[in-house]
Amino acid sequence: MAEFLQLLFSGLTVGAVYALVALGFTLIYNASDVINFAQGDFVMIGGMGTVFLAAAGLSLPLAAFIAILAAVAVGLLLHRLAIEPARGASPVALIMITIGASIFIKGVAQVVFDKQFHSLPAFTGSDPIALGGATILPQSLWVVGGAIVLFVALYLFLERTLLGKAVLATAANRLAARLVGINVKVILALAFGVSAAIGAIAGVLVTPITLTRYDIGTLFALKGFAAAMVGGMGHPLGAVVGGVLIGLMEAFGAGYISSTYKDGVAFLAILLVLFFMPRGLFGGGSVERV
Amino acid sequence: MLKSALRSRWATLAVLALMIAIVPLIAPSAFYLRVAALVWIFALAALGLTILMGYAGQVSLGHAGFLGIGAYGVAIGPTHLGLSPLLSLILAAALSGVIAYVVGRPILRLKGYYLAIATLGFGLILALIFQSESAVTGGPDGMAVARLTVFGWRIAGAMQWYWVSAGVLLLGAWIALNIADSPSGRALRALHDSEVAAAGAGVDVAAKKLAAFVAAAIYAAIAGGLLACMNGLITPDAASFMHSVEFVAMVIIGGLGSVLGAVVGAAFLIVLPQALTSLQEYEQAVLGLLIMVFMIALPMGIVPSLRNWLTERLA
Repeated sequence: MAEFLQLLFSGLTVGAVYALVALGFTLIYNASDVINFAQGDFVMIGGMGTVFLAAAGLSLPLAAFIAILAAVAVGLLLHRLAIEPARGASPVALIMITIGASIFIKGVAQVVFDKQFHSLPAFTGSDPIALGGATILPQSLWVVGGAIVLFVALYLFLERTLLGKAVLATAANRLAARLVGINVKVILALAFGVSAAIGAIAGVLVTPITLTRYDIGTLFALKGFAAAMVGGMGHPLGAVVGGVLIGLMEAFGAGYISSTYKDGVAFLAILLVLFFMPRGLFGGGSVERV
Repeated sequence: MLKSALRSRWATLAVLALMIAIVPLIAPSAFYLRVAALVWIFALAALGLTILMGYAGQVSLGHAGFLGIGAYGVAIGPTHLGLSPLLSLILAAALSGVIAYVVGRPILRLKGYYLAIATLGFGLILALIFQSESAVTGGPDGMAVARLTVFGWRIAGAMQWYWVSAGVLLLGAWIALNIADSPSGRALRALHDSEVAAAGAGVDVAAKKLAAFVAAAIYAAIAGGLLACMNGLITPDAASFMHSVEFVAMVIIGGLGSVLGAVVGAAFLIVLPQALTSLQEYEQAVLGLLIMVFMIALPMGIVPSLRNWLTERLA
């Protein structure tokens, strides 16, 4: 039981991060039909930026804030300089553009930062809390709590504010949104900015636990992606459920079966979901238009 | 007449043969021949992807996985099973095709992003296997590969590898061009434009896509086998996601669906890092930037853009 709880805690912690990355994917995908492979690099920018700014003498909250702003700037630039000029390109071309962007961001990061692993001090101490025979790190609570706060904030933003409803309208039908006077360009930029912020916050929260390096973005992107697909592409709730599911599968797979193939679990999950329910858990049926 | 000559497959083969013949004449040292041989080998893998992406319009972000099957095939066959390297290469290519057939059936029902992610996941799992099964594959450090011997001839040295890789590439290009001109090639291009229309015209869409996927996997495996034999060493990095991305970039930067484009794209992405060694720190940044710039500014790719420009000048 203690082992089960321990795996559950670690699965929920990682799962919360995957869910945040998946949520960022979903936001950009819904607004612009782009699958952003650079999503994981926002996580890296958040973590690495905070590490280096804190090392330069800034207080942790200020360092984190500036790092998140930097990620937002990168997100906006990505949209303005790479996605917008390629409007109307095929999905494959758009994938390649965001992959190129991801490689570029990693390339710049290894020059601006370095190639070493870095960590941050835990926000509120690192004494494990005992719980039912298992232990949980205070930082894990920060990660899960932070993720929940972000979900709720995003939900309220999308459902309760005019700007949020404009994002939803753009996601539903871009032309119709423009016809009712929504500035679609601004909405798309907003989606990239918010999505970058979510990724960077996830990076700040998780760095004390998992460490960070210039190239950690790839695995986060791929797993966040798997999460978004397992949940059903384009469904925010699906992204969250998918993220937690992938985190749990990884933790239990590593604990009970083999830790060698821990990183393969997410991809096995995508393959199975795509084969048996191609629209994902929350996707429902869809009719293909000819 | 010139216009149609420019588009004929013999012109393509002639240009390719000319490129192959010129390089040894101007290469100042064996090092350049080795780089050129690398270009031919990667071009072979890119050619397979040209059949899949360019003709059939199906993307694969896990192509390096099949390259890995070929590479580890020629490494494992002689080391663990006592097979000859040549037989191992043939068996590895066949195995790659069989795996592609089995995996391709469910995967190729997916479209667009879903297909990209499914192939990506498949490639990553293969890379993970190569890295983790260290008893067989040597783990992250990789394993040594026996020299390739063909009917008693032991291939060694940059010059010999240059001609072997160039010969295999020419053969691969000839087959790819013939596929393009065959009923199957036309069926692939038809389903590329519209699967529904192609199916309506009697094309067995699923079977044709699967055939293209299998062909691409066999091309990649042969390229992988040659690569492993030439280097005498194979590491799991060969099957990495980064390599899969590079293959797709080769095909698109060179020109989607163009045989010469695959070769030009491979040359571009292989030679560039060599030219940038003084800027090694920035290599990744430059590569990422180039992929973005090409996708945005020259979405058709180098070869088709050049050809259009040439035919316009001649018209």
